[in-house]
Amino acid sequence: MYSTQSNPMKRLINVIMPIMAISVLSFGINSCKPKGASEAVSGDAAVKAYVPPGKYDEFYNFVSGGFSGQMSVYGLPSGRLLRVIPVFSVDPEKGWGYSEETKPMLNTSHGFVPWDDLHHTELSQTNGEVDGRWVFGNGNNTPRVARIDLKTFRTSEIIELPNSAGNHSSPFATENTEYVVAGTRFSVPPDNVNGDIPINTYKQNFKGHISFISVDKQSGAMDSAFQLRLPGVNFDLARAGKGKSHGWFFFSCYNSEQANTLLEVNASQKDKDFVLAVNWKKAEEYIKQGKGEKQAVRYAHNVYNESTHTATSEIKTSVTVLDAMSLEGICYLIPCPKSPHGCDVDPTGEYIVGSGKLAALIPVFSFDKLQNAISTSQFDGKYDGIPVVKYEAALHGEVQKPGLGPLHTEFDGNGNAYTSFFVSSEIVKWNIKDLKVLDRVPTYYSIGHLCVPGGNSRKPFGKYVVAYNKITKDRYAPTGPELAQSAQLYDISGDKMQLILDFPTIGEPHYAQACPVELVAKNSLKFFKIDENKHPYAAKGEAESKVVREGNKVHIYMTSIRSHFSPDNIEGVKLGDEVYFHITNLEQDWDVPHGFAVKGALNAELLIMPGETSTLKWIPDRVGIYPIYCTDFCSALHQEMQGYVRVSPAGSSVPLMFSTGKNKPAPDPTASAK
Amino acid sequence: MIALQLNFAVEKLFYRNTQTIMRAIVIAGFFSFLIFLGSCGDSPKTDTQSAQKNDVEKKDPNQYDPHRGEGKFTAENVKVGATLDVAMAKAGAEVREVKCAACHSLKDDRIVGPGWQGVTSRRKPEWLMNFITNPDPMISKDPELQVQLEVCLMRMPNQNLSDDEARQVFEFMRQNDGVK
Repeated sequence: MYSTQSNPMKRLINVIMPIMAISVLSFGINSCKPKGASEAVSGDAAVKAYVPPGKYDEFYNFVSGGFSGQMSVYGLPSGRLLRVIPVFSVDPEKGWGYSEETKPMLNTSHGFVPWDDLHHTELSQTNGEVDGRWVFGNGNNTPRVARIDLKTFRTSEIIELPNSAGNHSSPFATENTEYVVAGTRFSVPPDNVNGDIPINTYKQNFKGHISFISVDKQSGAMDSAFQLRLPGVNFDLARAGKGKSHGWFFFSCYNSEQANTLLEVNASQKDKDFVLAVNWKKAEEYIKQGKGEKQAVRYAHNVYNESTHTATSEIKTSVTVLDAMSLEGICYLIPCPKSPHGCDVDPTGEYIVGSGKLAALIPVFSFDKLQNAISTSQFDGKYDGIPVVKYEAALHGEVQKPGLGPLHTEFDGNGNAYTSFFVSSEIVKWNIKDLKVLDRVPTYYSIGHLCVPGGNSRKPFGKYVVAYNKITKDRYAPTGPELAQSAQLYDISGDKMQLILDFPTIGEPHYAQACPVELVAKNSLKFFKIDENKHPYAAKGEAESKVVREGNKVHIYMTSIRSHFSPDNIEGVKLGDEVYFHITNLEQDWDVPHGFAVKGALNAELLIMPGETSTLKWIPDRVGIYPIYCTDFCSALHQEMQGYVRVSPAGSSVPLMFSTGKNKPAPDPTASAK
Repeated sequence: MIALQLNFAVEKLFYRNTQTIMRAIVIAGFFSFLIFLGSCGDSPKTDTQSAQKNDVEKKDPNQYDPHRGEGKFTAENVKVGATLDVAMAKAGAEVREVKCAACHSLKDDRIVGPGWQGVTSRRKPEWLMNFITNPDPMISKDPELQVQLEVCLMRMPNQNLSDDEARQVFEFMRQNDGVK
């Protein structure tokens, strides 16, 4: 280009101009000083939330799926979705609730419930610190508690709760995970009395129950230890005491009016409802003394066995109930302004933060003062038999004018509390001791719960707070009437909170907890050992693959390995048969699941982990040839991983035949004619 | 980079008639490039240089040995008897049934991977046991395995055999090849 110019001076100018332009450009683009406040936030934020390709996040964030009934796992600080764990709802992606082995997990005393509502997650703790072993979730609608094993990121156990309706105040755990609690949101007539009564006899007949579910230290196995029978209020949220307050549990409750209609108005009449303080060690003493009543009830207890790869559901028929309204010393009520929602205990165990949804202040109660008030009987009478502690006697102090609609509080371990405000749509940071507001940041929009990693434990990890929002409105490109669900990540390592990331989530991100990746990852299972597979229909090796007819039931013991099934040609199935495909994945390596699908199956597909056996039930509805194939891309020859099942009419004499690689082409009858 | 390349181009073209002026311009251009590099703190060049250095250091000690393969087994630590260890071969046959038989026949035909007939004369014991227990790194490095991959189009999966199981399978391979 330059050599075509003739005039030297002209050429010179032509050269100087681009050089200068490039120098200016390179200086301008790469200069790091931001020009305004908005740039300061966004420029810095990207770096803080960035996790390079191939690198792990620092924290797992276990986020409840709200009305989806599932639990999701995100990486922090990147906000990347790592997994959706099916819990209370069927999940065709993983065969959850579709495979014969997992169907029992969704069984209840009402039968098979395919979709529930999971609100809160709770990581197990040892000595008040997150231990990375299990995470619990509550089934809100048909009341249940689930335990997810973090070795496999799978739901291992689900227990139903009798005498309950709307299990909202759950699944919060004590500091050694001795118990997970479940407080009923709806008070209802107990299960063992006739419930066919007028609704407006609520005050006489409706009771609130709180379940204490014991958790085995080694195996995590849950059991319904005992229940507390309580006044007919609505239990909302709860936290265990810790450190000095270990042995106590605190529950927020609303509707102390005991209204049964238009609660929006009728349950907001009183200036104060209650925080219920429960001395569960005292309750244990009463149980030991035999003060519990055995009640005839029905509830399901479902357990997934990892060696048979099969769940079982047992209906249990008895629960032990303590009448906390007549047995002294178990429960005390602390007045708390305006329909308290969150009820959070700080890392020291001394301060209990009550958050009245309709209040314009945050009361902070002192555990020491509460104990003193109880021992010196500073009571304002009783509520349905339970002593009411004088408000001022238990009060540490109030945070004045913090915002509108305080909901939930988590802690950073440095003496600071972070409270979410739904109405004023913000997170407010305040000092627990002197109750002074230190900082506030807006959320987009209408935050519900919030989460600091380990923020409910004795040892929070601090660093971040995540907001789980109810409304996203204009934050994402529109997707029709239902918009993206969303969380927002804030850096709290400095004095001022800083928004660094918006990330979409599955609906609805209700509550969440987080813990360091290394706490969980070191125990992560890579595959199920095939020699430990105790599934009754497992085929451990192709030599064991076969087809067995038992009356009209046809059991196909099938194996899968990259990239073929054995058997892959099956004949002799007849209309009227129930066919069971028991697929054993023979792979013994990480990240090699195989899928399975058969045309016309009325439920779903299977996804089988290495070393596992899963079963798909199939009732063919017409005569013909049915293709089967692997649905999870497994290798370069994944598309070849397929086979056929021949279905003949009922009463047909086609013999049972099965093979792999041996069913050679039949001679062509037209060949000789040609 | 762009600025520097241009500077060289300019120098070549105008060396004769505008030498003095050009030198000034080149120096100015180069100076602005330096500012550009310095304006955000660390120069990316330093990282690249040290990364390259590390690469070079890493390569030297670990030369891939195509006779031994890569893994914990060596000619010294794999003991092979003159005759067949029948019990061990039997155990190996059982392991094979669960973890290998779906892809490898006992003859010389290929199902997914090659048949096992004659494999103990083609490969050294330590190579076979390393490959069984540590397939992924070997498939990436072994020239013959790469040729094999083009035929089979399947990376042999790691079936997570224990050291003992790998030895048992090798004994069974010997039996399959006629050792008595």
